[in-house]
Amino acid sequence: MTAETGRPDFRRAAARALGDSSLRANFRRAMDGLMARRAAQFADPVEWRDLRALGAAIRARSLARLPELLERLEERCVGNGIAVHWAETAAEANALVLGILRRHGATRVVKGKSMVSEEMHLNDYLEAHGVESLESDLGEYIIQLDHETPSHIIMPAIHKNRGQIARLFGEKIRGAAYTEDVDALTAIARRVLRRKFFEADAGISGVNFAVAETGTLCLVENEGNGRMSTHVPPVHVALMGIEKVVERLEDVPPLYSLLTRSATAQPITTYFNLISGPRGPGEKDGPREVHLVILDNGRSRMLEDRELSSTLRCIRCGACMNHCPVYTRVGGHAYEAVYPGPIGKLVTPQTEGVARRHDLLEASSLCGACGEVCPVGIPIPELLVRLRAEAVAGRPEPGVLEAGEGRHRLESAAWRVWRHLCERPGLYRAAGFAATRFGRFLPRWLPGLAAWTRGRATPRPARRTLHELADAEGIPDA
Amino acid sequence: MPENARARILARLRDAPARPAGPEPDFAVMARKVHPPADRYPRLRRLMEAVRAEFVETTEAAWPGAVARFAAAEGLRSLAYGRGTAAGARLEAAWPASGPRLVPYDRPFEAWKRDLFEDVDAGFTTTRGGLAETGGLILWPSPEEPRLLSLVPPIHLALLDTTRIHDSLWHAVRAEAWAGRLPPNALLVSGPSKTADIEQTLAYGVHGPKRLVVVALVPA
Amino acid sequence: MTGVLAAGRSRPEAVYYYGTCLVDLFFPEAGLAGIRLLEREGVRVIFPRSQTCCGQPAFNSGYRDEARAVAAAQLRVFSGTLPVVVPSGSCAGMMLRHYPELFAGTPVEAEARAFADRVVELTEFLTDVLGVKLSDRGEKVRVAWHASCHALREAGVDAQPKRLLAQLSNVELLPLSRERECCGFGGTFAVRHPGISSAMVDDKAADAEGTGASLLLSGDAGCLLNVGGRLAARGAAVETRHVAEFLWERTRDR
Repeated sequence: MTAETGRPDFRRAAARALGDSSLRANFRRAMDGLMARRAAQFADPVEWRDLRALGAAIRARSLARLPELLERLEERCVGNGIAVHWAETAAEANALVLGILRRHGATRVVKGKSMVSEEMHLNDYLEAHGVESLESDLGEYIIQLDHETPSHIIMPAIHKNRGQIARLFGEKIRGAAYTEDVDALTAIARRVLRRKFFEADAGISGVNFAVAETGTLCLVENEGNGRMSTHVPPVHVALMGIEKVVERLEDVPPLYSLLTRSATAQPITTYFNLISGPRGPGEKDGPREVHLVILDNGRSRMLEDRELSSTLRCIRCGACMNHCPVYTRVGGHAYEAVYPGPIGKLVTPQTEGVARRHDLLEASSLCGACGEVCPVGIPIPELLVRLRAEAVAGRPEPGVLEAGEGRHRLESAAWRVWRHLCERPGLYRAAGFAATRFGRFLPRWLPGLAAWTRGRATPRPARRTLHELADAEGIPDA
Repeated sequence: MPENARARILARLRDAPARPAGPEPDFAVMARKVHPPADRYPRLRRLMEAVRAEFVETTEAAWPGAVARFAAAEGLRSLAYGRGTAAGARLEAAWPASGPRLVPYDRPFEAWKRDLFEDVDAGFTTTRGGLAETGGLILWPSPEEPRLLSLVPPIHLALLDTTRIHDSLWHAVRAEAWAGRLPPNALLVSGPSKTADIEQTLAYGVHGPKRLVVVALVPA
Repeated sequence: MTGVLAAGRSRPEAVYYYGTCLVDLFFPEAGLAGIRLLEREGVRVIFPRSQTCCGQPAFNSGYRDEARAVAAAQLRVFSGTLPVVVPSGSCAGMMLRHYPELFAGTPVEAEARAFADRVVELTEFLTDVLGVKLSDRGEKVRVAWHASCHALREAGVDAQPKRLLAQLSNVELLPLSRERECCGFGGTFAVRHPGISSAMVDDKAADAEGTGASLLLSGDAGCLLNVGGRLAARGAAVETRHVAEFLWERTRDR
């Protein structure tokens, strides 16, 4: 955030992160490992190409038929005994969840990981209304203890090393002896959370995939906290964004394979849960009630644009941020957004405004590593450039939030000058001549030059341009 | 108002310009992940042992005795199981009088929640089969074999008929026509619970069972 | 893959050469070297003097109208059917990947698509179209290769420059530890986000120094300016060189 505008400022946040050498080391080591292991999972380029095309086709088809699939999902879920609720905004969703909890007198909640709940700032809201909402995924539990937000969508505590976690546990968990041993730390968390699962009045979870055909909610996890949160307490509330529905059960295995191999380089997770209803007739356990909250929160607006709608294919694997050279160096918090990394650079400006979050749009070298690994083929760099165009559009189309409001007189004038120059070969050649003969006289304080030469030798134009050399060497003209 | 939210969201989605559905999904890449029947169990075992699942090989005739011996050898106080299943009946019939207690999970969870959480050392379940491509067992909890058997006790013993291993999840979903038949809870389990949230270092035994012991039925 | 190859053409007898702005200003010798490499294979190289910018800087900044106007000018300059050979994966990528979308829905859309199909990056043209055979006339040298992001991911050029280098018997190619990672140039990114860009170019420079190579080669002038500038500021022993200039210097008659 800048003090002046109150707007998030990625450059400033990134500068802070760049100065934190232990953060940089943590992230570099983590991302290197994730990239290498993911590459090993997708060693067969033909399989990768085909599976990714399948994943993209499934997601694209879901988005194309979204209203119909959501209605079918609702119908099947209700038929299965799952209550379905709809919320346009995060505030509405929070109120809905609180309403469900209050109806059951629930004051202690255990939570599985859910990025939708981060959008809602659900934990803060519940705490403010007298409900304890405890994160049960180890990474989320760690950052909740430290009053932080996730810095990565799959590994929320990736920015912390074991020393930091050991100190955190030692300080914040009653009865926990200080230890840096990973197994011992895990055992402490198991002990604490086990009691919480036992005592909880309700469990909240996200949804990885919702199947319209069968009214099924699919949850992917390794720790077992998802099952604990959704099977032990008497009430289960599941949160999903509108885009998470797929048409058929058959659609799930390819997406599940893409997700686990892209996110954590596993062929399969420890658990894969398919929830198609509350405790059934004769069943001896399982929640008495299952509620599904379907949240919009700006997604329907993204879907209005044919090109930008592919943003919503996202299956939340995190591969894009694992491969991003910018994310690797600054970590997730620098983005000051719920979703960091490349996908965050697409989602956040679309939901918060391309002018307000112009800082994110600019924070990319367009290297394309993200698009190369996206398992559902979101053309991330292309969409980023599209959003940049929307931000500065002289005649903006309605649809993209704050379209045209990122246009600055000085910059647009500069590009007009550039265009003028490049449309006139004579002028262009003259400018090149001037650059080669007089370029070294450019003042160092020119904004671009100052930034460039902080750490790099001053770039020196050659003595003659290629145009001149071509003339001198008699290379044929058109 | 919630009703309005639904109507408004759906209306906005319907009013959006039509998006092309794109190419029809081609599942050939899933269909070709097949494994010769003789390879499936060895492959499943290798993949699951790589994530610390344990295997006890036995036969259809001998497995109840093998489970009882395992429980005794591990010094377990108790083993919970699902009464009313054929497997449960066989377990009851073969269980020794002394040693670990065999505890039927035959009443609602609320009636004995604390005991289940604190006094049961292991839970026994059957499985519907396994997956060769990725490793993993298929469980469909039922009124007779409740969900928490495979979750709450620190050890989960899972009975696997090694002739019932599918090529992959995709094959299983289609071959068994899961759509339309799923119970309220179905799941895949591929090993003991784990996490890599601390410095990407693998740690086992988080919130789910600390151990997964596959009682694998091989031909005699 | 360029349409020049897909069309299954045999060796063209003439090509256009698009030098690119950065080569024009900072690496003209490399630009000329590229022309010489082509001429040596018996190809007539036409360098239209009225060429200017491919439009990428404006396009990537979101100024599509301005980019389109300048790109349209290039369409006119390079009219006809000759292949357009480009000593830059970045500019080649802009033309062959983005010109069609830039002109979609305009009267010149078909012309833009046809043009995009004629664009081919220099090393790809040398290897895949001309099948050049190179003889090394230079002394032993150890080099490293930096794969520019746009060459890799937009122009689809990866193996071709390394195949050319592999033909040079006295050249030892040492791998960077993170060959495919961005060097931090990204056009205006280096100027808008100097902190992150510096961190990235620092890592790339350290990587190059760490190989023990005396030269870091690339096909992209932007990357060369960026990494070369950093190496120079570090006082490193490693120098940078454009691959066209390197190939010409190693193989030309003395």
